Amino acid sequence: MITISKVSKWYGKIQVLKNCSAEVAKGEVVVVCGPSGSGKSTLIKCVNALEPFQEGTITVEGISVGDPKTNLPKLRARIGMVFQHFELFPHLSVIRNLTLSQIKVLGRDPKAAAEKATKLLERVGLGAHAQKYPGQLSGGQQQRVAIARALAMDPIAMLFDEPTSALDPEMINEVLDVMVTLAKEGMTMIVVTHEMEFARKVANRVVFMDKGEIVEDAPTADFFGKPRSERAQQFLSKILQH
Amino acid sequence: MNYNWNWGIFFQLSPDGTYTYLQLLLFGAGWTLATALLAWAIALSVGAVVGVIRTSPNPWLVRLGNAYVELFRNIPLLVQMFLWYFVLPEIMPQAIGDWLKQSANASFYNAVICLGLYTSARVAEQVKAGILSLRSGQRMAGLAMGLTLPQTYRYVLLPMAFRIILPPLGSEFLNIIKNSSVALTIGLIELTAAARSMAEFSFQVFEAFTGATLIYIIINIVVVSGMRWLERRVAVPGFISMGQPAAAH
Ligand SMILES: Nc1ncnc2c1ncn2[C@@H]1O[C@H](COP(=O)(O)OP(=O)(O)O)[C@@H](O)[C@H]1O
Ligand SMILES: [Mg+2]
Repeated sequence: MITISKVSKWYGKIQVLKNCSAEVAKGEVVVVCGPSGSGKSTLIKCVNALEPFQEGTITVEGISVGDPKTNLPKLRARIGMVFQHFELFPHLSVIRNLTLSQIKVLGRDPKAAAEKATKLLERVGLGAHAQKYPGQLSGGQQQRVAIARALAMDPIAMLFDEPTSALDPEMINEVLDVMVTLAKEGMTMIVVTHEMEFARKVANRVVFMDKGEIVEDAPTADFFGKPRSERAQQFLSKILQH
Repeated sequence: MNYNWNWGIFFQLSPDGTYTYLQLLLFGAGWTLATALLAWAIALSVGAVVGVIRTSPNPWLVRLGNAYVELFRNIPLLVQMFLWYFVLPEIMPQAIGDWLKQSANASFYNAVICLGLYTSARVAEQVKAGILSLRSGQRMAGLAMGLTLPQTYRYVLLPMAFRIILPPLGSEFLNIIKNSSVALTIGLIELTAAARSMAEFSFQVFEAFTGATLIYIIINIVVVSGMRWLERRVAVPGFISMGQPAAAH
């Protein structure tokens, strides 16, 4: 469904992605991990063209992301994205965070949009908070709203950029639980995270990045069993100590 | 000091034989408000557009916006007033130039346009700062949901940016009221000019300018309370400041 092929990207003279290739099939969950600054965020932001790249191609269901003729808003509307800092719109109530782009992008009738939003909020356990504002919710609640907001667009795939790393530890699980359910329902997901338990539980594959390169791309069991590269081994042993 | 105080002067007829001095001052206040309000409409709309393009991803638009702001901010308001009033009609095609010069309210139109554009540069600066104070993730979130860039500005960035810059925009509005007095140099009989002419005709200089000062203060109080009301009305529940949701950390 998502094909990343020989993608390279530079910020000025600094190369932040080096010849990255990966494939995500429909219904697959791929976890991306690696040290800070290795290019994980940049790579997934290339998938929905939030970041431009200079070389290589990315296609989403056959549509080329880098092609100047591609209708980017239309493409992005089909890919959900969840950010590290939630990025809810603070001036809109929770429910209006969920209806905004349903109405403005998909042209849904406001009533149908609100019904859909209400259902999704109930699904992430926040039905009672629809009329609140993001600033009145805890981090974990905000992130669940952000997931519901992305789901409101009926995405064909979801991108997560460290969705739990800005959360207090006691809130991490409420967010991961929502993601696990989503994965089990068959959502196609690329998840940048260091939550290795989550990876073990739901990921089909783990991609390890370092210094802009995809160093390892292995089935989950293989990756945790014995990573081939030394860099991945070191990274794993460091992260599993915690 | 040998000065004859005469507070009753406000209710005496002015030399025009129809209106009292108080009425003249109030007419002046009317021109001041009309100039300030119309100029503010220009300042706000042009300033919003210029502020937005200065934060756009297109480097040429950014340069254009920057040049606009530098141009209008760095030439003294008084000079701009003269340029619009005396120079513009001369460099326009003859017909338009003549119309500009003969129009009954020429100084008013000129003052509105001049003050509006001058202030728009200052508003643009605030709008830009407001947008840049939001986390870059806000723009990304809007785009990631499929909103176009203009929609992202309209529904995501500007509503927050304007809330954040509401206090400095309020000061700009007070500035525009005060700056409208510069228009007396091109012949607009606004409040300060009205006070001056009252002083000249009646010789009651202190009363005339005290009257004008009081009217400025009243306008000021009304504007400030209006801004307070607006700030409360658009306040975002749970939002503290600078794009940081209150409960995020
Ligand atoms: N806007 C930017 N300008 C310049 N360099 C950037 C920018 N964004 C990210 N980088 C650099 O790109 C590299 C990869 O960043 P990122 O994708 O955020 O890494 P990760 O998400 O793996 O921590 C880092 O070295 C970072 O400093
Ligand atoms: Mg990152």
